[in-house]
Amino acid sequence: MTSIAKPPVKHPSLRKNGLGLTTRDYEGAMSTLCAGCGHDSVTAALITAFWELDVPPHKAAKMSGIGCSSKTTAYFMKQSHGFNSVHGRMPSVTSGANAANRSLTYIGISGDGDSLSIGLGQLCHAIRRNVQMLYVIENNGVYGLTKGQFSASADVGSTAKRGEANQMQPIDPVLLALTLGATFVARSFSGDKAQLVPILKAGLRHNGFALIDVISPCVSFNDHEGSTKSYKYTREHEVEIAAADFVPLRKEISQEQGAAGGLTSVTMHDGSIVRFRKTAADYNPTDRGAAYTHVKHCIDKGEVATGLLFMEGGSQTEMHTLNKTVKTPLVDLAHKDLCPGNAQLQELMGEYR
Amino acid sequence: MSSQNDFSFKIATVNGTGSASANTLLMQSIFRMGIPVTGKNIFPSNIQGLPTWYEIRVSKDGYNARPAEIDFVVAMNPETYKQDVKTVRDGGYLMYDSSWPLAEELHRENTTVLGVPCGELCVKTFERDRDRVLLRNIVYTGALAAFLDIDLDVISELLREKFGKKPKVLEMNFTAVKLGYDYAKKNYTCPLPFSLKRMNATSEHILIDGNTAFGLGAVFAGATVGAWYPITPSTSLMDAFTAFCQQYRTNADGTKNYIIIQAEDELSAAGMVIGANWAGARAFTSTAGPGISLMQEFIGLAYYAEVPWVCVDVQRVGPATGMPTRTQQSDLFSCAYASHGDTKHICLYPADPGECFTMAPQAFDLAELFQTPVFVVSDLDIGMNDWMIPRLEWDDTYVPNRGRVLNADDLAKLEKWGRYQDTGGGIPSRTLPGVGGKGAFFTRGSGHNLNGVYTEDSPEYKAVLDRITLKFKTAANAVPKPIVASTGNDVGVIAIGGTNGAVTEAVAHLKDQGITVDYMRIRGFPFGDEVVEFLENHERIFVVEQNRDAQLRSMLMIETNTNPNKLLSILDYAGLPLTANVVVDAVAGQMAGVQS
Repeated sequence: MTSIAKPPVKHPSLRKNGLGLTTRDYEGAMSTLCAGCGHDSVTAALITAFWELDVPPHKAAKMSGIGCSSKTTAYFMKQSHGFNSVHGRMPSVTSGANAANRSLTYIGISGDGDSLSIGLGQLCHAIRRNVQMLYVIENNGVYGLTKGQFSASADVGSTAKRGEANQMQPIDPVLLALTLGATFVARSFSGDKAQLVPILKAGLRHNGFALIDVISPCVSFNDHEGSTKSYKYTREHEVEIAAADFVPLRKEISQEQGAAGGLTSVTMHDGSIVRFRKTAADYNPTDRGAAYTHVKHCIDKGEVATGLLFMEGGSQTEMHTLNKTVKTPLVDLAHKDLCPGNAQLQELMGEYR
Repeated sequence: MSSQNDFSFKIATVNGTGSASANTLLMQSIFRMGIPVTGKNIFPSNIQGLPTWYEIRVSKDGYNARPAEIDFVVAMNPETYKQDVKTVRDGGYLMYDSSWPLAEELHRENTTVLGVPCGELCVKTFERDRDRVLLRNIVYTGALAAFLDIDLDVISELLREKFGKKPKVLEMNFTAVKLGYDYAKKNYTCPLPFSLKRMNATSEHILIDGNTAFGLGAVFAGATVGAWYPITPSTSLMDAFTAFCQQYRTNADGTKNYIIIQAEDELSAAGMVIGANWAGARAFTSTAGPGISLMQEFIGLAYYAEVPWVCVDVQRVGPATGMPTRTQQSDLFSCAYASHGDTKHICLYPADPGECFTMAPQAFDLAELFQTPVFVVSDLDIGMNDWMIPRLEWDDTYVPNRGRVLNADDLAKLEKWGRYQDTGGGIPSRTLPGVGGKGAFFTRGSGHNLNGVYTEDSPEYKAVLDRITLKFKTAANAVPKPIVASTGNDVGVIAIGGTNGAVTEAVAHLKDQGITVDYMRIRGFPFGDEVVEFLENHERIFVVEQNRDAQLRSMLMIETNTNPNKLLSILDYAGLPLTANVVVDAVAGQMAGVQS
C-alpha cells in the first residue's frame, strides 16, 4: 500500500462544516488503486459523510484487514489513527479497540474476500456482539490483489476475466447479516453517491453494528461482459427498495415530505432521525422477516436490492450496553480507580487460608 | 518407619462425585494445623465418571514438589484398585472402601490394607441417594482424620465456614466425619506410623492456584479488557479475573470499569487484545498451547507493528490436543519465537502462584514499555493446583509504566514526529487514537519506515527491523532476573518455571549425598547478563525441563555463545509435575560416571 501524500492546496472558496473544516481536511493520501476503481468512489462518499456529520477527524479510527478494499483507509482522514491489521481479522481488532475506547467513531472497511471468505467467522461474531461501528464491505466479487480469482460473493454463472463461470453459491452479506440479527443492514452501489452518503451517515450514527454492502466494481478483473459485479450489470439491475434521508439531531427536523411508496421514520439512540422513502410500496424496513423476503426475492429475479434495507432504532444489544460498561472510556480511567490497593488485598487473603 | 509431618498420601476417586471438595478440606485442615502441605490434582479431561487422583504431600521442611513415593493410598474407586495398589510404596498403607469385597489378587505383599466401609456407612445413615454419594467423601475424610491425626476441631471449623448458612447440610457433614473417624478408631490402631502434629509454619501463608493469582494480579495491574476463548487449563484464569473485577471494579450504579469478552476463538481474542492495547487499555488474554498456535499471525503483527500485547499461556501436554489435563513445559519455543518472519518475544516464567501475581504488573509494564507481545508462560501444575505460598502483598506506590506514550501537549513541543523512530534503547514513542495532529499515524503490518509510512525500500525496511533488534537487547536486562543460588561450584543446574520446587529439593538431597551444585532459575526471556554469566562460569550444566526436545537448552544455545557440549539435558515430559528424584538420579548418575 504505497502512500503518496497529496499536495496541500488551499481552496478558500470551499464550504466549511460545523467544525469549520472543509472536505479537504477529511482527505487522506493519494489512492494507488486502479483508475476507475469503485473503491475510490466509496472513499469520496465517506469523506462527504464524515464532513457532513461534523465528526472531528481525530475522533475517528479507521480499521481494515488486507486487500484492495482494506487499502482505502489510507485514502481518507489523514488526521485519524488507522489500523491495517491482518486478513479477515479487522472485526476482532475493532472490537478490542472499541472495548477500550468507546468514545471514538469506528469505521471498518473490508472487502468480499476479507469478510466473506477468510474473515467470515469474525464478521458473524462482530455482528452478534453488536460492536458499535460502521462496517463497509466493498464488494466486487473478485480477488483483485492476487489477480482475479472468484470470491465467495461471486454469483453463479458470473464469469471471470479468462472466461470460466463460477458454479458455487454466493454468500450474500445482506442476507447473512439479517439472519444473524444485525441491527442495521444496507446495500448500495459505489456509482450512486446520492444514495450512498445518507446511508453512510446513518450507519455512522447507529448505536451498534451497521453493515453496508457496497457493490464496487473491479475495473481490472471484474468489469467485463458476463460479470454480475460490473458497472454495467449493476446499473442495469440495481433496484432501490428503500432510500434513506439522515437527519442529525442538531438540525431542525422539517416536515416530512411525501414520497412514492410512503415514508417511515426511525429515531436513532441519539435522537437523530432516519427517514426511509420506500420506492417499493410493500416494503417495511423495520421488519426483519419482510426485509429478508424482499431482498431474497430480488436476488431470485436477478435484481440487486439497494437502500437502507433494515434497521432497529435504539438498539439495546450494543456491546457496552449489554456489558453495562461505564460511560467514561476505559482508557481514561485512572489507576486509582482500577487498583483495589493493599488493604483490600490483605482482607482478601483471609479467604485463602 | 515412623515419621511426623513428612509423608504423602493419594486419594483415588471418580470425578464429578464431590471428592474434590473433600480433598480440598483435607489439605486445608493440614494447612490450618500449621503444617506445610501441597496438593496435586491429577484429573481427567472429563466432567463426570472417570478416575481422578489427588496427591497430598505433607512436608515439615516445606518441600512442595510432587512426591516420588506414596506412603498411603486411599482407594475409593474400584475401577482403579488394581493400579492404585501398585502405587503404594513398599511397607506402605492402603485404605479402601470395604463396602465391597476387595478381590484377593489385589492384595499386595508388604502393604497394610485398611478397610473402611464408607459406602455402607452412608447407606445406613443417610436417606437420599445424592447425600449418600457426596458424603461418602466426607466419611473417608473422617477416617483419614483418625489415621493421620488430623485435628477434628479444624475440620469442624472449616465445615462451619463452608456450610454455616445451611445447618442441615452442616449437620450431615459432621455426622459423616464422625462415621469414618469412629470406624477407624474402633477397628485399627490410630494414628498410623506417619501422622500429623501441629506446627506454626503456615500462619503467614495462603493456599492459592496460579490462575487465580494472575487474575487477581491483572486487576491490581490495571487491566481493563480481557478477551479469551475457553480452553483447559487456562479457563479458570479469566474466570478469576471476572470474579475479581465484579468484586472490585463494579461502580455503585452497577456500571463496570472493565469489559471481558468471550471471543469466538483464540485468534479473535488475540485480535481484541491488539485492538484494545492499541487504543490504550491494558488488555490481555489467557490460553494454552492450541490457542498459541491459532494466534501466530496476530502475534507477528503485534511484534512488527509494535503494539503492546499480554498473553498467559497455561501450558498443557502437546502436541495437538495432547493431554489437556496434564502438565508440560513444551510451549517455550512457540511462545518465544511465535509467528512467521524474524520474531522474538518477551517471556516471563513464573515458578508458582506468587510469581503469577507479581509478574502480572511486570508483564503489562514490559509490554507497554517495549510495545511488544509479552507471554507469561505458566503451566497446568502452577495454574490449577493449590500451592502454599507467602501471603500476597501489593505495593501501593506502584505506578503503571505506560512507556513512551505522547499526548497532544508532548506532540505540540515536537517539530516532527515519527512513530518508529528510536527514542533511546531502540524503543520508539507511540500515540493513542484520538490524539490527532501530527500524532495521527497508520498502524500496519506491511513494510514501513521509521515514520510509519508504507515502504518497499530495502534500507528503510531494514532500519526498522534493526531498531527492533536493539529494543530487544534492551529488554534482556529489563525482564525479571534469574534467581541464582551459587556457592562457586563448577557444576550448575538450570531450571525454569514450575519445576523449581523439585529442583530446589533435588539440590538439597544432592548436597546430602556430597554433591554440591549451583542453581539458576531463569525467569525471563530474552536472557540477560546474569544468565550469560552463569553459563560462562560453569563447566557442566544440567538443564532441567518438561519437554521432549530440550527447548530451553536449545534457546540457551541459540541466544548465547555457550558450548553446547556442556549443557546436559534432564527431560521429564510424561505430563505429571516433576519429582525431585528424577533430578537427583540424573545428576548423581552423571557425576558418578565422570568421577569413575
